[in-house]
Amino acid sequence: MSADPSAAVSAPVRAPRRRRRAGRVPVALLVPAVLGLLLLVLPLAGLLVRAPWTTLPRRLAEPGVLTALGLSVQTATMATVVCLVLGVPLAWLLARVDFPGKRVVRALVTVPLVLPPVVGGVALLLVFGRKGILGAWLDSAFGITLPFTTAGVVLAEAFVAMPFLVIAVEGALRAADSRYEEAAATLGAGRWTTFTRVTLPLVAPGIAAGAVLCWARALGEFGATITFAGNFPGRTQTMPLAVYLALETDLEAAIVLSLVLLVVSVVILAGLRDRWISSP
Amino acid sequence: MTVLDAHLVVERETFRLDVPLRIAAGEVVALLGPNGAGKTTALRALAGLRPLTAGHVTLDGLDLDRPGSRLWTPVERRRVGVVFQDYLLFPHLSALDNVAFGPRRRGLAKRDARAKAADWLKRMDLTDYAARKPRHLSGGQAQRVALARALAVEPTLLLLDEPLAALDARTRLDTRTELHTHLGEHAGATLLVTHDPLDALILADRLVIIEDGRVVQEGDAAAVTARPRTDYVARLVGLNLFRGHGDGHDVRVGADFPLAVADRVSGEVFAAFPPSAVALHPERPEGSARNTWPATVASVQHNGDNLRVRLDGPIPVAADVTPAAVAQLRLVPGREVWAAVKATQVRAYPV
Repeated sequence: MSADPSAAVSAPVRAPRRRRRAGRVPVALLVPAVLGLLLLVLPLAGLLVRAPWTTLPRRLAEPGVLTALGLSVQTATMATVVCLVLGVPLAWLLARVDFPGKRVVRALVTVPLVLPPVVGGVALLLVFGRKGILGAWLDSAFGITLPFTTAGVVLAEAFVAMPFLVIAVEGALRAADSRYEEAAATLGAGRWTTFTRVTLPLVAPGIAAGAVLCWARALGEFGATITFAGNFPGRTQTMPLAVYLALETDLEAAIVLSLVLLVVSVVILAGLRDRWISSP
Repeated sequence: MTVLDAHLVVERETFRLDVPLRIAAGEVVALLGPNGAGKTTALRALAGLRPLTAGHVTLDGLDLDRPGSRLWTPVERRRVGVVFQDYLLFPHLSALDNVAFGPRRRGLAKRDARAKAADWLKRMDLTDYAARKPRHLSGGQAQRVALARALAVEPTLLLLDEPLAALDARTRLDTRTELHTHLGEHAGATLLVTHDPLDALILADRLVIIEDGRVVQEGDAAAVTARPRTDYVARLVGLNLFRGHGDGHDVRVGADFPLAVADRVSGEVFAAFPPSAVALHPERPEGSARNTWPATVASVQHNGDNLRVRLDGPIPVAADVTPAAVAQLRLVPGREVWAAVKATQVRAYPV
């Protein structure tokens, strides 16, 4: 009985309060927020506006476009695999094992994030180049040369993209309840079994998120790639390199290539986000 | 036959746990104590999740831990099963695969491990829930899956960390009864860590009560409830407890307050009486009660069907009275009353 009138009173009171709160967004926050959004969206809109829509099908069918796109997707995927194989254990080490110099190691992992990619490319040349510290040995001992090859592209992309994966996975590992691993141990699981059977499934969403970031970064990689692997169509010329080259000769071609890159990134990011990243 | 023989010493900066513990085959021991007493630390030390500073853990005649001779057995190689407080069922595995996890790690083929798990789920009455993920199980069901998972590795020592704490009151009642049955069937030693005296009294054969890292009292339910030795234990079992100097049928407690007791005593003693033995009167009572004193009502709280009145005065006591008495005596905080306790209801025993 007493619940009815109180509900009748509280309902109309609550509704206007919510509306008032929505209207109270300070202008000092709203204006920069909108400007920020424009800054992010306007260039992409420009790309769409200036796209040569009538000649688009013909331009897309040009062999150079598909070759570059294929190479980009291929190398970005391989670089992501390399990052997963090496980066997940590295993230585990940082999140779960105490060892001296851990802070230094964590700082080193993040260096490629702030390093200009061109500098990364130069550094890679010094180490893996034909006269480099490791490169000379690889060449003489196994006949393997990395610079200016597709493998070199993968190496350059992995160098630049790995920190994204390591940071994402380490964060996921730290957020995951490590007591599940203790529970696994009490059931007779050693550290390796615990890692594969319990830890990995628990942080799978974090690994997926890290892999997507890593893949996107690898797909867009330019500086380190062109420095370390050069710009050979079909071998090391990925989409960003093709865009840059086209810009000097044929603006419309550059726009078309950029558009393709944009669509591929957005489609894959959106697809993965719905499936893995957003679920808790 | 003693299955577990342990002396757990764990030192942290401001805390030292020092608890000797022996458990026989088939025996259920409850480790009872207030928060921060070191119960969970003791459990983790037994499971191998926290290294001992000193002492030893010997299970079935085999040394697992002995820091003195640098001996330590990794968690995964101990025959110890653990039911964690919030169960820690693997969220990505079904109930069946959770239970099969242990047997599989102990070398059983996948099919055999799952058959064994199915068998355990059947014993827990959970066959219909075998395919469910933990998030689709109720609290009581999750508790039973956790118990099945711990028992499926056939542990020599079963450890339960507050096994009923995460359940609501109603589920707790049913689950406690079931747990009692399953613990009774466990052939190995069982250690139950809890802060709930009811869990301890119902589930355990013997109580070990620790406070601040040390054992303060040990014994079966009857012995502990009849003769509490610390304020914590007294409150746990619902008794008023005083320590004082006994001389004949008198015990001087608090600020030299004489308490008449039934037993003949001398020297340092404890005197205890239940809150139900305290009668309250508006005026100084005439009659047989040997102990009477003026008191002030400090608080009135619900306690089952009765009300528990806390009294300030020469000795602070709790009294259980009926709601009718509360109304009749107008017992509100600040009200002055007379308290009376018959000497025959006060038990005294040596410290």
